[in-house]
Amino acid sequence: MTATTTAPGRPASAKPGRPLRIRRRMTPRRAGSIVLKTLVIGFLLAITVLPLIWLLLGSLKTQNEWLNSPSWALPENFLNFENYQVAWVDGDIGRYILNSALATFPSLALIVVLGVAAGFALEVLVWRGRGGVLLLFLAGIMVPGQMILLPLFSAYFQTHLTGTIWPLILTYTATGLPLTVFMMATYFRAVPREIFEAAAIDGASIYRSFLSIGFPMVRNAVFTVALVQFFFIWNDLLIALTFTSVGDFQTIQVGLLNFTGQFGQVQYGPTFAAICINVVGILVLYLFLNQRVMRGLTAGSVKG
Amino acid sequence: MNNVFGNKRAVLVFLGPALLIYTVIMLVPVLWSLGYTLFTGSVITGFEFSGFDNFAKLFSDPKVGEALLFTLKYAVILTVGQVLVGYALSLLYVFWLRKASSLVRTLVFFPIVLPTVAVSLLFQKMFEVAPQNGIVNEFINLLGMPSVDWFGSADTAFLVLVIMDIWRSMGFYAVLLYAGLLDIPEEVMESARLDGAGGWTLIRRIVIPMSLPVLLSSIIFSINGTLKVFDSVLALTNGGPGSSTTPLTLLMFRTAFSYGDYGYGSTIALLLTVICLLVTVFIFRSSRRDLTKG
Repeated sequence: MTATTTAPGRPASAKPGRPLRIRRRMTPRRAGSIVLKTLVIGFLLAITVLPLIWLLLGSLKTQNEWLNSPSWALPENFLNFENYQVAWVDGDIGRYILNSALATFPSLALIVVLGVAAGFALEVLVWRGRGGVLLLFLAGIMVPGQMILLPLFSAYFQTHLTGTIWPLILTYTATGLPLTVFMMATYFRAVPREIFEAAAIDGASIYRSFLSIGFPMVRNAVFTVALVQFFFIWNDLLIALTFTSVGDFQTIQVGLLNFTGQFGQVQYGPTFAAICINVVGILVLYLFLNQRVMRGLTAGSVKG
Repeated sequence: MNNVFGNKRAVLVFLGPALLIYTVIMLVPVLWSLGYTLFTGSVITGFEFSGFDNFAKLFSDPKVGEALLFTLKYAVILTVGQVLVGYALSLLYVFWLRKASSLVRTLVFFPIVLPTVAVSLLFQKMFEVAPQNGIVNEFINLLGMPSVDWFGSADTAFLVLVIMDIWRSMGFYAVLLYAGLLDIPEEVMESARLDGAGGWTLIRRIVIPMSLPVLLSSIIFSINGTLKVFDSVLALTNGGPGSSTTPLTLLMFRTAFSYGDYGYGSTIALLLTVICLLVTVFIFRSSRRDLTKG
């Protein structure tokens, strides 16, 4: 039972000890409360949505409109997608997005496969020292990225990986593992042990039990974890900035940062279009998966 | 059965690859980075042993002092801001909007998943003053006041940074704390109401004490994140004006990659790591003492 389903009285304005009311009459006070409520909701939605709408409208305006009319003015032509073309072609946004995808999806696949298997080994298998290993992974969540950046830069330089996509994939995989292993271990803990024992009695090897029972049972969780990691990797700046200073593998975030450096304050439209492309992709994802994203991101943080 | 679950080779097969990558790419570099603190130079110019010079320099370097102060100021103000605004929103969701809160919750949460770079650039344009007034200055003009050069002075640049990061994260903390509020047993709330507690009394005496654990973990999460602030500063102010909004992370990045001093960079990174650890342990311990007192 949650606080939202039973709602006796209105704590925010209730008189002490008011009994449960089944039906509410429309009193002036209640009407006032509805107005106030609408105002608060409206305010919250406005401060969240308005900057994004301004961004979208800005991306449709020409340079002339930008310089000669106030920045809140609506675009003259709502179907002016020229800025997008400039951003995509001249600004190389298309290539940056491809680079991001090249770095993100292999890393995600590795994180999921390795993380789920490790979670299984740490929670379902029985062996000495598994608590210690879990703690070791946990410690990785605390370490700031800056602490591993320089040695990795040296190592990639000496192994001639600098300038390829590998530094990104390897680093993202390693930094994504601690949280993934920790979350997967938690999910496997919730699966009743008897299921695995029954499978063992039926003659399934441990590999079979992982593939046919363990993995399918946490499939949902795997998707959530992958989603959380997707946002971390896709939105990352620090690692991408460090390892793509040489070569042609700038990710979308690095590209966007350079983009404004390149066009600067002069080219408003294309800059806005480039930001907008970055935002809209995430927006579409969020439109479909918002509940899962919210659950995943908050679950990933409560580890204190 | 024990044969199946105690299979040593299976442990190796399942855990081995993850542990290997984690060790090689995270654990070893951490130790390696510790080693760097005793050297000066970079991988390109070569390293030179310098003993504890880096540490001596660290404690007397005014740049580090300034960056440390900025990092702490940012972390404290933002942690208080994020958690307070988030908590206020979550109380709003649970006690006031109730079922209607679902849409608001989802929408206000959204900015946290947006790329920080994109949000920073957007805010840069919103608060812009030249060559073209951004929407914020237009609004200020509308109220009859002159435009403000937001990124021209340290204090206003800091203010924009704080506003932006609270805008980004408030919905996230609201949902985090909302989940904690829903966990308060309805019976406790009900009996408090029967005892005559309502409104603020109920919130102060029941809701806040009972949501302390989730508040605490939010604070730890928030302070750990804000101490490591990098993306939003780099993209929004690039550390400026001057070096007035440069946190330790950015100073470390510049030291290592612009000035090519990996040794000193690693020393700054170590300082940051130690601070993160100390703060987390400190919050844990002080909260435990409070619990035994209360």
